[in-house]
Amino acid sequence: MVNLTIDGKEVAVKEGTTILKAARFAGIEIPTLCYHERLNPIGSCRMCVVEIEGLSHPMTACNTPVTEGIIVTTDSPRLQKMRMETLKLLLVKHPLDCPVCDKGGECTLQNLVHEFEIEGTVYLAEREDRESLYPTPLIHYWPDRCIMCLRCATACREIKGLGAIDIDGSGFNTSITAVNRDKCESCGECIQVCPTGALTENLGEYKGRPWMVNRVMTTCTYCGCGCQLEINVFNNRIVGVTTKDGIGVNKGSLCVKGRFGYEFIESEERLSKPLIKKDGKFHEASWDEALSLVAEKFKGIKASHGADAIAGIASARCTNEENYLMQKFMRAVIGTNNIDHCARL
Amino acid sequence: MAGLATAFGSGAMTNPIADVLKSEAILVTGSNATENHPIFANYIKEAVLKKGAKLIVVDPRKIDLVDYASIWLRPKPGTDVAWINGLLHVIIKENLHASEYIKERTEGFEELKACVEKYNPEYVSEISGIASSDLINAALTYGKAKPASIMYAMGITQHITGTDNVKSLANLAMLCGNVGVEGGGINPLRGQNNVQGACDLGALPNVFTAYQPVTNNEIKQKFEKTWGVDSLQSTVGLTVTEMFNAAEEGKVKAMYIMGENPLLSDPDVHHIEHCVKSLEFLVVQDIFLTETAEYADVVLPGVSFAEKDGTFTNSERRVQRVRRAIQPRGDAREDHWIICELSKRMGYHMNYGSPSEIMEEIRTVTPSYAGITYERIEKEGIPWPCPGEDHPGTPILHLERFARGKGLFSAIDYKKPAELPDKEYPFLLTTGRVLEHYHTGTMTRKGKGLNMLYPELLAEINPEDAVGLGIESGDFVTVASRRGDIKVKTIISERPDRGVIFVPFHFKESPANILTINAIDPIAKIPEYKVCAVRVEKVG
Repeated sequence: MVNLTIDGKEVAVKEGTTILKAARFAGIEIPTLCYHERLNPIGSCRMCVVEIEGLSHPMTACNTPVTEGIIVTTDSPRLQKMRMETLKLLLVKHPLDCPVCDKGGECTLQNLVHEFEIEGTVYLAEREDRESLYPTPLIHYWPDRCIMCLRCATACREIKGLGAIDIDGSGFNTSITAVNRDKCESCGECIQVCPTGALTENLGEYKGRPWMVNRVMTTCTYCGCGCQLEINVFNNRIVGVTTKDGIGVNKGSLCVKGRFGYEFIESEERLSKPLIKKDGKFHEASWDEALSLVAEKFKGIKASHGADAIAGIASARCTNEENYLMQKFMRAVIGTNNIDHCARL
Repeated sequence: MAGLATAFGSGAMTNPIADVLKSEAILVTGSNATENHPIFANYIKEAVLKKGAKLIVVDPRKIDLVDYASIWLRPKPGTDVAWINGLLHVIIKENLHASEYIKERTEGFEELKACVEKYNPEYVSEISGIASSDLINAALTYGKAKPASIMYAMGITQHITGTDNVKSLANLAMLCGNVGVEGGGINPLRGQNNVQGACDLGALPNVFTAYQPVTNNEIKQKFEKTWGVDSLQSTVGLTVTEMFNAAEEGKVKAMYIMGENPLLSDPDVHHIEHCVKSLEFLVVQDIFLTETAEYADVVLPGVSFAEKDGTFTNSERRVQRVRRAIQPRGDAREDHWIICELSKRMGYHMNYGSPSEIMEEIRTVTPSYAGITYERIEKEGIPWPCPGEDHPGTPILHLERFARGKGLFSAIDYKKPAELPDKEYPFLLTTGRVLEHYHTGTMTRKGKGLNMLYPELLAEINPEDAVGLGIESGDFVTVASRRGDIKVKTIISERPDRGVIFVPFHFKESPANILTINAIDPIAKIPEYKVCAVRVEKVG
C-alpha cells in the first residue's frame, strides 16, 4: 500500500493507483472531462489538475500514479483559475448552442461551464465550416461542439477493439474522422461516452429534452446477451435508447441493433386489430369474435380428432411468463405435449 | 443442448460471459460473435487485448474475430467431430490432459481414448483440410492454458451431427479439466433473446418447466395438482419439424403459432408452405402480418417487448426484468392476456393480476426458479439455479460435481453431412446472420436506420470463385439447390473459402431457406442449415 495525503486527508491505496482514483476513494471529487471509468486515462482535457507539494507545476490527477508520502491539494485559487481558463479555451470552438443541442440538460461540459460561472465566450477564433467525415449515417458529428477529449476514439479502440475513428488535422481544424470506415459497426459506443453534444443520433426528428423523457430500464429484445437498456419515452412515443454506465452484462455498451433497432416498435405495419380470414381475405374483428372462433375450432378439432391433432409453437421472442402460459395452455387446456419453439433455428 | 445435457446433466452455458476475462485461452467455434453476439464479442476482444488471452478461432468463414486470434483453423464445413477429435488426440499424446480431474470427476475416458486414437493430425487434415501443424498448435495452446474456455453457437449445432459436435466439445473441455472452474467452461451462445427462457419454462415437447420430463409420473402429478386438471399426457409431443410433417400427413389439423415465422426461418420453405396449407385451422399471434400469418385463419395482434412486463432469461441463465415503456398500439394486447382470454373461452380459467403473479406460480413448480421474485431481480438479474429466496443464484455450473454426478465422455466418430457438393451442385451453401439484421427481418427491416446500413441481401463469394463465375461485386447470381432457387446480389469477399457461398436468411424477397435441406440431427432435431449443395450461375 502507498500512503498519501489529499486535502489534509490521509489515504492508503494500492501501488499504481492514480491520484484521481485515490481521491475518489477518499470521497474527494476532482472535476474531469476526458476521464472515463472504462477507459485508460487519456489526459487530454487538463480539468483534473492538482498540486503536489514540492512540485512547481500542477499535475493531471487522472494519469499520475500515487507515490509514498506525497501531499496533494485538489482545490486552490490557482487550480480554480487554471480550470476556468481550460474551460474558456474549450469554448473558443464549442458554441453555446445548448438550447438546440440534444445533449443539453445532461452535458458534462454544460454542467462545468455553469459550475464555474462562465457567462459567455471570452476568446474568439475564426470559424470554418467543415465537412463531417463520420463513418456511419446513424450518428451526427458536430465538429464545432467537439472538445477533442478523445473519449470516442479511445472507446472505439479499447472497448470495441475496432479503431474506426481517430483524430485528424491540427489546430482549430482538428476533428474526429473515420480512419477505418469499414471497421465502424454503428454501435454508438462513441455517443455513449461523449461528454458533450458533439455526437448525437440521427434517428428521429424530435427527441424531447432529457428532462422531459421517461427512461424505462429493460432487457434488449435481440440476441441472447441480455443487455440492459433504457427505452426513452416522450408522450408515449419511443424517441431513443440509452444505457447506464456499468449496468448489466453490457456495462453501458450496446450493438447497432440494441441502440438503433427500435423503429419497428412503432412501425405503421404493426397489427392493431384481430383478423379473421373469410373467402381468402382478412377482415378486422373484435377480440371476442376472434377468440371465440379460435376456441370453437380448437374444441371441435379436439372432439373429433383428439388433442394431439393440435400443436402449438411458443416463442423465444416472448417473455418467460408467456412461454409458461403457452405450454400450460397446450398441456392443461388442449391436452397435448405438442408444444415447441424455435430453439433449434 | 441435448449434447451438453448428456455430458454434464445440464444444457446451458456453464459460465458467465465476463469469465472469459479470466481465461488464458479461448476457443471460439461456429460463432460469428461480433455480428451475432456483439457484446459477448467485446468481452472476448477485451480478454485478448487487455488480459493477453490467446484466442483460437475455428471457423470455415474468415470472420472478424480472426483479426484478434493467435490461431485460426479453417475446417471444411461439417467436419467438426474430426478436428475436435484431432485436438483430443494430440492433447492425450502430449500428456496434457487433466488425469486427476478425469479420474475423480468423469467416466468413459478409456472408450474416448480408444476412439480418438486414429484421429492423428494427418488423418484429420485429410477430412477437414486443416494443416497438421496448425491443428497441433491449437491443441497445445488449448491444452496448456489453465483455465481455457470454449464458446460456440449455431455453426456447431446446425448440422445433422450437431449433438455429436457438442458432445465432442464437452469431451475437450472435460479432458483438460476446464468444466466447473472460473475462466473455463463451455458456453453455447443463445441466438435469441429468450431461447433460454422458453426452454426453461417448458416450451418443449418432452419436458415441463426446468426440464422435468413429461414421462415422469411424480412430476406429472405435481403439475396436475397445481393446474387443477385430472390427467396430463405422459407421452412426448412433437417438435416443430415433426409438427409440420404431421400436418402434411393430416395427423395435425390445427396449429397455434405465437411469435414465430417458420415460413422464413425453417428449412426447405416450399415444404413448410405445403404443410401449412394442409392445416384445417391456423392461428398466428404476432406483431406483424408475417409470411406465416398470411396463411392463418385467425391472426391475433400481440405486442413487442417495449409494451409489456415480464422477464427474459439471457444466455448466461440470468433472469432479468422486461418493463413496459409504452402503451400497446391500437387494439393489440400482451400475449399473456391473449392466452388467458382464449383459455377462459375453452372453459379453463387462468386468473393472474399481473405477470409477477404468473412468476409466483412458476416458482412453485420450477425448482431452478424457486428463489426468483420480481422484487429480487428489480436491480440485477439472478442466474439460475436459484432454489430458494435466500440463494444468491449460480453463475458457474458443475463447481463441485456435475449436475448428472460424473461428467460423461462420449466416444464419437466423424460422419459426413447429409448433402455435399457434387458435379451437379458444386458449391457448398452455408447460411447465417449479419450484424444489422435479425432472424427473419420482421423487426430489423421495418425501420430506416438499420436498412440504411444494410439495405439488401449480399451473398458472399470467394474472389477465386468469382473469377470462375465471371462475376464482380454487385452482380446477381442464381443459387439453386435440389429444393428450389433464389436470385441474390453478390459481394466478393475473402470471408468464405473457395467453393463456399454464404447467404444471410433475413430477406423474404430471396429466402435462403428455400435452398436449405430438411435434414435434422436425430437427437436435437436441429436442421442442417450450415451445409447443403448448390449450383451458382451468373444472371443475364
